[in-house]
Amino acid sequence: MNELNSEQANDTQSPTRTVDVSSVLGEKSKDIGALASCIDIEHLNLYYAKDKQALIDINLTIPKQRVTAFIGPSGCGKSSLLRCFNRMNDLVDDCVIEGLVALDGDDIYQKSVDVADLRRRVGMVFQKPNPFPKSIYENVAYGLRIQGINSKRILDEAVEKSLKAAALWDEVKDRLNDSALGMSGGQQQRLVIARTIAVEPEVLLLDEPASALDPISTLKIEELINELKNDYTIVIVTHNMQQAARVSDYTAFMYMGNMVEFDATDTIFTNPREKQTEDYITGRYG
Amino acid sequence: MKTQMSTWMRRGTPWVWLNAGAVAISILMVVGLLALLTVRGMSHFWPRDVMQANYAPPTSSGELLSTQVIGEFVESEMVISAQIASSGIPVNEAQGFYERQLLKLGNRDLTGADFTWVLSDFVHDVEYPQNVIALERREWGNFYGHLSGIKENSELISFSGDALAIEAARWNDFNERLERALDIRDDIYVIENQEIGQINYAMERLRLRERRLELDQELTPEALAEIDSDRAELDEEYDLLQVQLIALYETVNRDSAIFVAANDEETEVSFADIVRAYKPNQLSLVGKIGTYFLKLGEFLTAEPREANTEGGIFPAIFGTVMMVMLMSVFVTPFGVVAAVYLREYARQGFITRAIRIAVNNLAGVPSIVYGVFGLGFFIYILGAEVDQIFYPEALPAPTFGTPGLLWASLTLALLTVPVVIVATEEGLARIPRSVREGSLALGATKFETLWRVVLPMASPAMMTGLILAVARAAGEVAPLMLVGVVKLAPSLPLDGNYPYLHLEQKFMHLGFHIYDVGFQSPNIEAARPLVFATALLLVIVIAGLNLTAVALRNHLREKYKALDV
Repeated sequence: MNELNSEQANDTQSPTRTVDVSSVLGEKSKDIGALASCIDIEHLNLYYAKDKQALIDINLTIPKQRVTAFIGPSGCGKSSLLRCFNRMNDLVDDCVIEGLVALDGDDIYQKSVDVADLRRRVGMVFQKPNPFPKSIYENVAYGLRIQGINSKRILDEAVEKSLKAAALWDEVKDRLNDSALGMSGGQQQRLVIARTIAVEPEVLLLDEPASALDPISTLKIEELINELKNDYTIVIVTHNMQQAARVSDYTAFMYMGNMVEFDATDTIFTNPREKQTEDYITGRYG
Repeated sequence: MKTQMSTWMRRGTPWVWLNAGAVAISILMVVGLLALLTVRGMSHFWPRDVMQANYAPPTSSGELLSTQVIGEFVESEMVISAQIASSGIPVNEAQGFYERQLLKLGNRDLTGADFTWVLSDFVHDVEYPQNVIALERREWGNFYGHLSGIKENSELISFSGDALAIEAARWNDFNERLERALDIRDDIYVIENQEIGQINYAMERLRLRERRLELDQELTPEALAEIDSDRAELDEEYDLLQVQLIALYETVNRDSAIFVAANDEETEVSFADIVRAYKPNQLSLVGKIGTYFLKLGEFLTAEPREANTEGGIFPAIFGTVMMVMLMSVFVTPFGVVAAVYLREYARQGFITRAIRIAVNNLAGVPSIVYGVFGLGFFIYILGAEVDQIFYPEALPAPTFGTPGLLWASLTLALLTVPVVIVATEEGLARIPRSVREGSLALGATKFETLWRVVLPMASPAMMTGLILAVARAAGEVAPLMLVGVVKLAPSLPLDGNYPYLHLEQKFMHLGFHIYDVGFQSPNIEAARPLVFATALLLVIVIAGLNLTAVALRNHLREKYKALDV
């Protein structure tokens, strides 16, 4: 049923999404509908209170192993949408979610879903670096220890691999047992990414991962995203349109809880279909 | 002028002065308190010079009645002459004030009281004789006087030479004999308090075992025979020790010394009764310091003598620390678990709010109320029930159905649990949401997040709660009087007899000791400095316990220092 739904979603949405495919070059010119989907969202409504609707009838398909960016002004619901994907919104009291969110075709809001397992599959990196007050090693090993893995050999390997993947290994390999709180903000954020990929998730959700960092650290994070997209489906929320243009393959523009436009990044930035999108991108409001 | 004044006010200068003044006064009061306790308490152990003088106050009959006084000067004060006249000494009332001195004369066995007030104006011929000896005795308090002879088996020992040589030889001989007597005393102590104590304890356990078997109706002849043989063995050991003990007492009482006290009163003191002897007027500064620390050491490590007015207060220190530690063991897990439930799991609403208010109010309930609750619930209900179920063989004598260490610790834990709950809750509330989310986003459950991230990060706050709890519990006396503290406990709650920790025993406590020594003592003058010394020690013990907890907290804080939010 779910698979049927997601197919339907693809079918119904693909015509509106492929606006001007021929003008876009390279891989990004491919039709979204033609790509394997990772997360399907259908008629998603989210209320923080009875009269406070944060997301209004969102329909969206996040393609597999691509970088998808959410842009939009503050309070437009980007983060709320992102937090629906790993059910982080469950932690908010009185938050009501209607509609369908499916990961690989399975509804993640079904009662039978193990939330902890879902969150392991859908990793998340937050706006502010939030390392645990533990050593660098223990930060990366945390997710594995939660899964009951305590073998030193496996942990050592996983820590090294994750830190290398997060481009942090060379900087910290000599001080793995130092507190993670002594690192710089950029290093901390990469550590958090390493910690997240150590549990080998399928999807990486990045909630404005570079907004609290200086330009050089931001650049490093962006490079990292470029490398990681080969292995992971990445969804990134950002305020910074240049960043979205630099790192993402697809971009969704949101405004006031509505999904205004979703298309290949080049299309959004060069030839948006909606006037609202164009206004936002050219800086006329928002 | 007016504008100057108003800018001065606006800058807040008076406000700053007011604040600084308040801080200064607080510091002054704390320092003053500690200084008073230290001076009055610690000076008690200083070996003061002993003066010898003639005291001849005017009498109403007009005849001159001179008495000799030998003793330590304690303090002096000015008294209105009319007051002295009304007490029966016909002094010249026109003089207005007379100075009077408090002298510690000791020799309670001879004079009946070991302190006396004398009027300075009528004290004549004050001298500090080199050979005067101060004795600390096991009974009857201090003794001051001159050594005039030593007896062994009631035979006077003679020394030869001139007067000076005889005096020196006698003093040497005295010290040798005293050392021997003290060694024997130590042996006696070991036998009396440890070995015989152990046998008594074992006998009691045997009796209880027999009674238990009898109650269970399993007292077979074989079991009875075994118990009887055990008992016979113990009896044998006991008899052996008894014989040893009698022999030791005989040897320790072999020697005695003859002293001449004030007014040429002669008295004989057995070496067995002497704790310490020194010639205060001959002691050099180094010698005095040595004696000072000996006395201080005795105060800290020995058991009390003579209705707590002499000797040490070790059992009270031990009891206080033990009780506070047990209380910490009870209160920390309990308070933390309650706080975690209230903050993390319970649905926030009217009920949790009501519970929080109730918890905060509990912290304000007078401690004696907790004492009454402890007595009524823990001891009479819980303790009695425990006795019925687990210790029926000891009935009708109560085991846990009587005040004791366990109930005192539990009562104080109850008294301090609100503090721990409030502190822990605040610590939990301060953990940044982002860290919790980081853990949850990695696939940790709520419990795993709590256990691995939140609780370690909140541990400094728990320690803060524990510090406050310890500070309150260690100083509490009123509830303890109802639930387990006694004036004199026969043994420590922790000893070598199985099961080592005796939770049902009564114990001594520094706070109660202050009350007891200060207000229940028959010998007020002797007890007063001990009140100050004990109070100082109580402050030090509490400070020590707190500093340990603070050091632990700082360590934890360093380890889990919160992210800069």
